[in-house]
Amino acid sequence: MERPIRVLIAKPGLDGHDRGAKVIARALRDAGMEVIYTGLRQTGAMIVNAAIQEDVDAVGLSVLSGAHMHYFREVVEGLAARGAEDILVFGGGIVPDQDLAALDELGVGAIFTPGANTRDVVEYLRREVPERRRAGV
Amino acid sequence: MKDKQRWLREDYAEATERFAERDALFETLSGIPVDPIYTADDRASVDEAADLGFPGAYPYTRGVQPSMYRGKLWTMRMFAGFGTAEQTNERFHRLLEAGQTGLSTAFDLPTLMGYDSDHAFARGEVGKCGVAVSSLADMEVLFDGIDPETITTSMTINSPANAIWAMYLAMAMKKGADLDKVGGTIQNDILKEFIAQKEFIFPPEPSVKLVVDTFEWGPVNVPRWNFISVSGYHIREAGSTAVQELAFTLADGIHYVRKALERGLDIDEFAPRISFFFNVHNDFFEEIAKYRAARRIWARQMREVFGARDPRSWMLRTHAQTAGVSLTAQQPLVNVARVAIQALAGVLGGTNSLHTDAYDEALALPTEDAATLALRTQQVIAYETGVANTVDPLAGSYYLESLTGEMERQALAYFEQIDALGGVEQAIEAGFFAREVGDASWRQQRDIDEGRRWVVGVNAFRQENPEVPIQLVDPEVSRVQEERLQRVRRERDPERAEAALAGLRRAAKQGANTMPAFVECALAYCTLGEQMDVLREVYGVYEEPVLI
Repeated sequence: MERPIRVLIAKPGLDGHDRGAKVIARALRDAGMEVIYTGLRQTGAMIVNAAIQEDVDAVGLSVLSGAHMHYFREVVEGLAARGAEDILVFGGGIVPDQDLAALDELGVGAIFTPGANTRDVVEYLRREVPERRRAGV
Repeated sequence: MKDKQRWLREDYAEATERFAERDALFETLSGIPVDPIYTADDRASVDEAADLGFPGAYPYTRGVQPSMYRGKLWTMRMFAGFGTAEQTNERFHRLLEAGQTGLSTAFDLPTLMGYDSDHAFARGEVGKCGVAVSSLADMEVLFDGIDPETITTSMTINSPANAIWAMYLAMAMKKGADLDKVGGTIQNDILKEFIAQKEFIFPPEPSVKLVVDTFEWGPVNVPRWNFISVSGYHIREAGSTAVQELAFTLADGIHYVRKALERGLDIDEFAPRISFFFNVHNDFFEEIAKYRAARRIWARQMREVFGARDPRSWMLRTHAQTAGVSLTAQQPLVNVARVAIQALAGVLGGTNSLHTDAYDEALALPTEDAATLALRTQQVIAYETGVANTVDPLAGSYYLESLTGEMERQALAYFEQIDALGGVEQAIEAGFFAREVGDASWRQQRDIDEGRRWVVGVNAFRQENPEVPIQLVDPEVSRVQEERLQRVRRERDPERAEAALAGLRRAAKQGANTMPAFVECALAYCTLGEQMDVLREVYGVYEEPVLI
């Protein structure tokens, strides 16, 4: 049997608004995934470390502070520098459409904004993670 | 005449046999069941004289002033802040020109967490979700051309509230203002940070001690200043129900009162300057009921439990803000309608001041056009709809009075639960609030995800999203801030700054009131980071347990 999807939900930076992060963590756990939540105020480096140590398939960043470009770049580049570019980085929060192209170029996966359905997040990971696992073989 | 139960059993049941009820959740947004009708039977438990009375009279259910909006409209106070002090100062001037009657300042995350703009933790965050203020020099630019004796300013700052307030007062003093005439509000409500928003620095006990310092120092030195705005707004945004918002906020207020009394302060010295801040969400009647219940509960607690004698101590004065969390990124213009309805509920609930969210806030900080439209929404309510012409126009409504009473009862039941845990600080450490709020937000999310509750544009009536313009933050912010910080550190009197920080350390270690030391630090141009580092060293920092 294929091992369950492992996801790190992370809250980078100084912002403490953790409603979204916790709701997503709970939704993914209810959907049978293994979920690790970092807690508040993580630096990019801390998130990269946790992702590698926990051997996760995906890292979800929750950013509502407007600092999303900074933190997504730190995490994507940090994972690449450790040879872990196979880990999917996706996210959610207050992210304007205008920044989506730049995030996509960075290699970030889907971004879920206010109003997103948690089922869409579950479906997204169920589709994306197995594909990446296959590609990684 | 038929009573309600008989009517429901006979006429209503017969009617719904022929035409079934809609497939909908007949309950408030907070889960209070809603009956098909309310009648005089539901009001039987309301004692008109004791529970309602008149506006401007105990228990203030109908409003804190006799004339309410016939005398003075609510203060239209739009929350603003982004980028550099210069940029936010410019936005302040535009808002005042557009007819706004008070200012409200949003600070960036490094400021909220007590870090200077050039600290490593501030990278990527300077000026992003508010304005950066690292020293008196920034405060002077922020309020350039604004008279602190005539314009009142609210500042959303919590853990570093004492330091930021001192900087504001130092700015006013340097302009020659008389502190007896300077009015405004600092949020300064650390308990709701532990419960909901999580912008805390120090552990609960020293954090509350810093708050009580302002209770003691404020009334004597800056008598027109509201040194606290006990806030339910953030608790609601974090996912609580309206009842939880009501109960936890008032429980926090009561906790501060107890702590101030423990210090030996006279309740009627400080209580008149305690102010509040609630959310206004989508459920129209529930929100109106919440404001009315809040005033009644507070008045009764202050008079009957704490023995306050000054009627001003009994009055719950409050700010309101429309629910940011209700805004959707999908079809963002629909948010204009949500905000208008929420704002109307705040006004019918008798709020004393109001911020209306801009329609683009699920996407980014508001643009100037969007913020102006939000202010115009308040002006339409104030000047065109007629709702401000009579005081508490919904009083006596069977439904509203029933709901007001129900919310009061449920809030009091929460007070008992919190007391049984040993009080608010113990309940925080036991994870009580985190669990309550987390469970409520999860239930709401599931109701929407599973289609039991419809949200226009999100799980119903979906369409392609139009692109809307967004507010960009100048990437030069960090550089401007760093340069000003370096200039401050270079040009200030180093001996005075050092002595001021030593004075703060002494006051903190000895448990003395810290406010005089904060004022001296501000005047000596000590940076925010320097001051908070002193307190981090004395008090330690708090890390919350990680719970999902």
